[in-house]
Amino acid sequence: MTTSTDQAPADEAARADAHLAVHLLRLGDDALVLGQRLCRWITRAPTIEEDMALSNIALDLIGHARTLLALSGEADGTGRTEDEFAFTRSDREFTNALLTELPCGDFAVTVARQLVYAHYAVLYYEALADRADLRLAAFGERAAKEVAFHRTHADNWALRLGLGTPESARRMQRGLEQVWPYAAELFDEDEVTRHVVAAGTAPSPAPLHPVWQRRVGEVVTRAGLTVPTPRWRAGGGRAGLHTEEFGPLIADMQSVHRQFPGGRW
Amino acid sequence: MIGLGDLGVVRSVAPAADGVLEVEITPTFLGCPALPAIVSAVRDVLAGSGHPDGRVRQVLSPPWTTDRVTEAGREKLAAHGIAPPPPASPGGPVPVVLAAVPCPHCGSRATRPHSPFGPARCQSVLRCTACHELFPYLSAL
Repeated sequence: MTTSTDQAPADEAARADAHLAVHLLRLGDDALVLGQRLCRWITRAPTIEEDMALSNIALDLIGHARTLLALSGEADGTGRTEDEFAFTRSDREFTNALLTELPCGDFAVTVARQLVYAHYAVLYYEALADRADLRLAAFGERAAKEVAFHRTHADNWALRLGLGTPESARRMQRGLEQVWPYAAELFDEDEVTRHVVAAGTAPSPAPLHPVWQRRVGEVVTRAGLTVPTPRWRAGGGRAGLHTEEFGPLIADMQSVHRQFPGGRW
Repeated sequence: MIGLGDLGVVRSVAPAADGVLEVEITPTFLGCPALPAIVSAVRDVLAGSGHPDGRVRQVLSPPWTTDRVTEAGREKLAAHGIAPPPPASPGGPVPVVLAAVPCPHCGSRATRPHSPFGPARCQSVLRCTACHELFPYLSAL
């Protein structure tokens, strides 16, 4: 333990940065893993327009991940690049919420997950723009606008499927039931969150949960569907505990890097 | 067809504190796949104009919006079949697609949204009901 007076503030700053780095890694992993998941739809979407929509959304998410992971590498002092984070970590080192790694399922399951995530991301990135440190706020301001497009896309599809045929409504409801238990993890607060809030470097997602519930609830109700009331909730993603399907997902994502480490084109 | 200046991507060109010439760029979308090509093109111009050690710095705030596209840039986009965004509007909510974007081919205002996501991340697709052409639109943002 140090007693030097000028050493103490430096230690404190380093600790604050370490917490921020973990927080940024979580946000970045959410965006990266969901972006990678959505790529599954490329050439498989119901229409060519939807193919472009989902691939463009994936592109945005991977763009968000690049910024967030690079900022995390600066904050933790290692200077790791976004590529190092994406391609050289093992599954236990990824800290995404489990929602983002769930398999795409049918189109309704994908829409349900987009609904859950996009509404959360708009709220959280707006909060970043408002109450984060300077560079993170700049990211939040820009990214909030981008995820607002994703939210509109998800809202429109939820309505169309919910108000479509009995079969599309049944599938949309089933999609909501499947993903709903995974929503709460996005809003979890723990020691890391409390530290970044105390340091004033990033806001907590927890206070946004009621607003999120109201907003997605409105869309689900307008779509003639029922807001699920799950009897369990998922957790563990932030600690690196993943679902069975996560291994193949990152194996696919990292395959080129593993064959040609450090390759450049 | 349209330069980075007209597109509003280049924010400033000025010597940094250490005297090195620095170009500040603001990406249209954070995941824009053209970004590495843009950075390397700017570096080439810097090197070609006697600043081989020039730097390209990405600035996110204030974020890029279609308001940053210059008047000349709007004309160039239209000339190349990409409907330009509407004139800059200070404040207020920005609709995803405005009601009447004129068709860059026939000029008709009888156009309708076709797909909010287009061939490039910053573009959506509209359809002209007069000449029946699909055309890209630099989505107002």
